[in-house]
Amino acid sequence: MTVQTRDVHDVRDVRDVGIHDVQIHDGTRWHAVCTLDDLQPGRGRAVLLEDARQVAVFVDRAGTLYAVDNLDPFSGAQVLSRGLLGSRGDRPTLASPMYKQVFDLTDGRCLDDETAPDGSPAVLKIWPVRLAGSVAGGAK
Amino acid sequence: MTPDHRALRDLVLVGHGMVGQRFLAAFTAQPAARGWRITVLAEEPWPAYDRVHLSALFDGRTAEDLSLCPPGFLAEHGIDLRLGDPVTAIDRAGRTVTTRSGAELRYDALVLATGSVPFVPPVPGKDAPGCHVYRTIEDVDAIRAGAEEARTGVVVGGGLLGLEAAGALRAGGLTTHVVEFAPRLMAVQVDDGGGAVLRRKIEDLGVTVHTSAGASGVVTGEDGQVTGLALSDGRELAADLVVFSAGVRARDQLARDCDLPVGAHGGVVVDEHCRTADPAVLAIGECAQAADGRVYGLVAPGYQMAETAARTLAELPGEGFTGADTSTRLKLLGVDVASFGDPHGTAEGALDVLYSDSRGGVYRKLVIGPDGALLGGVLVGDTDAYGTLRPLAVAGKPLTVPAEQLVLPAGFANAGPVALPDGAVLCSCHNVTQGAVRAAVRDQGCDSVAAVRKCTRAGTGCGSCVKMLGTVVTEELEAAGVSTDKGLCEHFAHTRAELYEIVRVTGIDSFSDLLDRHGSGEGCEVCKPTVASILASLGNGHILDGEQGALQDSNDHFLANLQRNGSYSVVPRVPGGEITPEGLIAIGEIARDHGLYTKLTGGQRIDMFGATVDELPVIWRKLVDAGFESGHAYGKSLRTVKSCVGETWCRYGVQDSTTLAIELELRYRGLRSPHKLKSAVSGCARECAEAQSKDFGIIATSAGWNLYVGGNGGMTPRHADLLAADLDRETLIRTIDRFLMFYIRTADRLERTSVWLERLEGGLDHLRAVVLDDSLGIAAELDDLMARHIGGYQDEWAETLADPDRMRRFSSFVNAPGTPDPAVTFVPERGQIRPARPGEAGRSLTALTGPNAPVLIAGARLEVLTP
Repeated sequence: MTVQTRDVHDVRDVRDVGIHDVQIHDGTRWHAVCTLDDLQPGRGRAVLLEDARQVAVFVDRAGTLYAVDNLDPFSGAQVLSRGLLGSRGDRPTLASPMYKQVFDLTDGRCLDDETAPDGSPAVLKIWPVRLAGSVAGGAK
Repeated sequence: MTPDHRALRDLVLVGHGMVGQRFLAAFTAQPAARGWRITVLAEEPWPAYDRVHLSALFDGRTAEDLSLCPPGFLAEHGIDLRLGDPVTAIDRAGRTVTTRSGAELRYDALVLATGSVPFVPPVPGKDAPGCHVYRTIEDVDAIRAGAEEARTGVVVGGGLLGLEAAGALRAGGLTTHVVEFAPRLMAVQVDDGGGAVLRRKIEDLGVTVHTSAGASGVVTGEDGQVTGLALSDGRELAADLVVFSAGVRARDQLARDCDLPVGAHGGVVVDEHCRTADPAVLAIGECAQAADGRVYGLVAPGYQMAETAARTLAELPGEGFTGADTSTRLKLLGVDVASFGDPHGTAEGALDVLYSDSRGGVYRKLVIGPDGALLGGVLVGDTDAYGTLRPLAVAGKPLTVPAEQLVLPAGFANAGPVALPDGAVLCSCHNVTQGAVRAAVRDQGCDSVAAVRKCTRAGTGCGSCVKMLGTVVTEELEAAGVSTDKGLCEHFAHTRAELYEIVRVTGIDSFSDLLDRHGSGEGCEVCKPTVASILASLGNGHILDGEQGALQDSNDHFLANLQRNGSYSVVPRVPGGEITPEGLIAIGEIARDHGLYTKLTGGQRIDMFGATVDELPVIWRKLVDAGFESGHAYGKSLRTVKSCVGETWCRYGVQDSTTLAIELELRYRGLRSPHKLKSAVSGCARECAEAQSKDFGIIATSAGWNLYVGGNGGMTPRHADLLAADLDRETLIRTIDRFLMFYIRTADRLERTSVWLERLEGGLDHLRAVVLDDSLGIAAELDDLMARHIGGYQDEWAETLADPDRMRRFSSFVNAPGTPDPAVTFVPERGQIRPARPGEAGRSLTALTGPNAPVLIAGARLEVLTP
């Protein structure tokens, strides 16, 4: 008996850029990952990059885009895209769906616990994200 | 000094009843106890149990439920408990005791806690088969066995114990008579007026009361069996069963035999430190005559004596036991009765203030001294004021409000808060004063009734003071400037119950609207799912539609349960746990084809694990086609209604529990609530479905259904409380409807029914009044809400599959639809899969999905490796 596997494909290419395209930057180039219509305000979707890295992309009620690692440092599972957006004071936040730790979406730091169970700092990488033609989030 | 430095001394406790156990708990809490080796010699075959609530055995509770001896307690303190081996003789000179089995034990200190025996009047035939007493678990077993054959029972004695016994016979389905020698019931506690109201209420329940009549003889048939009871007034009552419950006598024979002084009316004479005439021998509880010359037959004074004796042996200073307040508050046959202080106004110059409403069955009498101080009183039918009045009477302080205000019904009374002195005892079971409760809040950081209960033990006995405790704790917290913030989160200053009311009254149907008008900020993981649940409870369409979909916790968002590696589990509904072979095969085939791990749940259904979000719609398409629907395992909503097979198959069943369970599960499926709801239906009192550990549990009786509520398993197990007995099907369902809707309306976020019920002001009585008697006038509204829920129910999964918009969420990656998550990996274990652990080389399970995917012929498989 064997496991059926399937290659990762279907990742949209940067050349498909359109006006509603949400793009994230992987350090080398911008990738169009979905359209704004694919995102529901307050919730996120996961993005799979060609190198198998996963990014969680969100849009809030005001239309601001956010992109952070999909990997939840507390559970080790790729689930943060299924968390809920919110706010704590003035900061936009993301709550992990697994054990409900809350992360600050402006700097990626966990507001509930400074370190993950493995002792590493509980900080999410913030990915530059923008709508095609405009720059939002942490892009320079 | 540690035990190693000198030999242990021997402490022998004779008797392991309620007072004996209390003595052990109090004594072992003292550091000095470490210098003692403790042996307990008990006559009964059970460790200490709650004799006060013996009648609970008729409601389906077991002897284990009544146990007062926590698991591990004896082992922890090295106590040698010998059951069924009572002491038969004491040799005071040699300081030894001899037991029935012939064992001889030396003692340095001996504590007698032998309790009392029922008094049986010396009438002819008193020992005939069919005659019983009511004191032990064995007595109850014998009465229950007798009640199965009997139709009519007579209780001799109309006091507290007699009425308890009458309640037990009535619960056993017998036509019940009570015979009382005095001119009224409960002659010790209540006066003539209170006795009359009590009698009327008890007769309304179908119990026939005969006062001013004694038993003159037991009538027996040719076979020697009881056939009736002859009364002193010449009448004869036909009866198959007689229970003597006409008082108790101290068990002091051991003391008499070794020449220890006993009182004129029995009871080993002790001083205020509970020492007998022999300093090595102490006596406590109902077998002792206290320093004030009285023999107390209530448990609270017994507990105080137990604490005193523990201090005496630990050589701690203390005031000792010089007498006790014999105030009592109880519920007999469902009637509230309380008496406190001096209920009969025996003090010189004492005057009565009286309110009597025969129609409403309420009687209140206060006894006021010449100086205006409250001396005592009698309450029948409504004892809510007991918590306030008793401490006032015991403190003997003049009243701060006119006495008549205290006896009038709420609508007429205009009494402000009644100020209690700090010395007033709030909890008489554990002798905790108001001052001690305030100090626990102020100085020991207790910030809730639960914390105060733990710290002071107040409210952990009979529980009658819990409401009063709540008031005092809140007062003290507010005095300390602690804001008791009940807001849901930083975005809403309202409780869940308040938000529910806002949504219900205003008709607001979106989170944004609610947040804009009543909250602030963006919301969070606390308020969003809570509001989503409220919107769903009030019937606002599919939970994934529009903005509602963005509020749901991950589980509700995907209509499946998130597991530790990011995969999901799937649970189709199996109402009542009844499933056809075809259903089992369908589930088996789907699980096999998708390579899912399967396990049976505690709720009698089948959980399938390991699905990625892409697979969920494919799996559910097959399940829906096979006739299954969402099991709502992912929701804060009804889970299952578990059942036994009931009378249809079971030799012992008395009702069809499976059919009822299916009906209830289908009725309440999909009902969103503050937390998950579990239920069960048992077809007889053997309770195989474990209904008493559920939020609402139903147990069949020969006359109908008993409804239990507020049970819980899990981390803090709680036995459910009996809400109503012997209901017909229609009344049962209406009562559950209202119970659930009242809970949904008033509970806090993630508050199970068990915690809610503990917190509910007025407790079970209040709940009963709301759902059975419509005391709040909201029953029609609750019924209407439930009718709307049932009418609007649709299967969430079938609806989701039919709507492309709802289906969009079911792909692992927005930029690669159809690609399953490569991070979700598994390894084989025992022929199935389990999530790969960190460092393990797991593999993906790939059942291809999506409209363009190839048709799956064979299921995904993992190679099962043999080491």
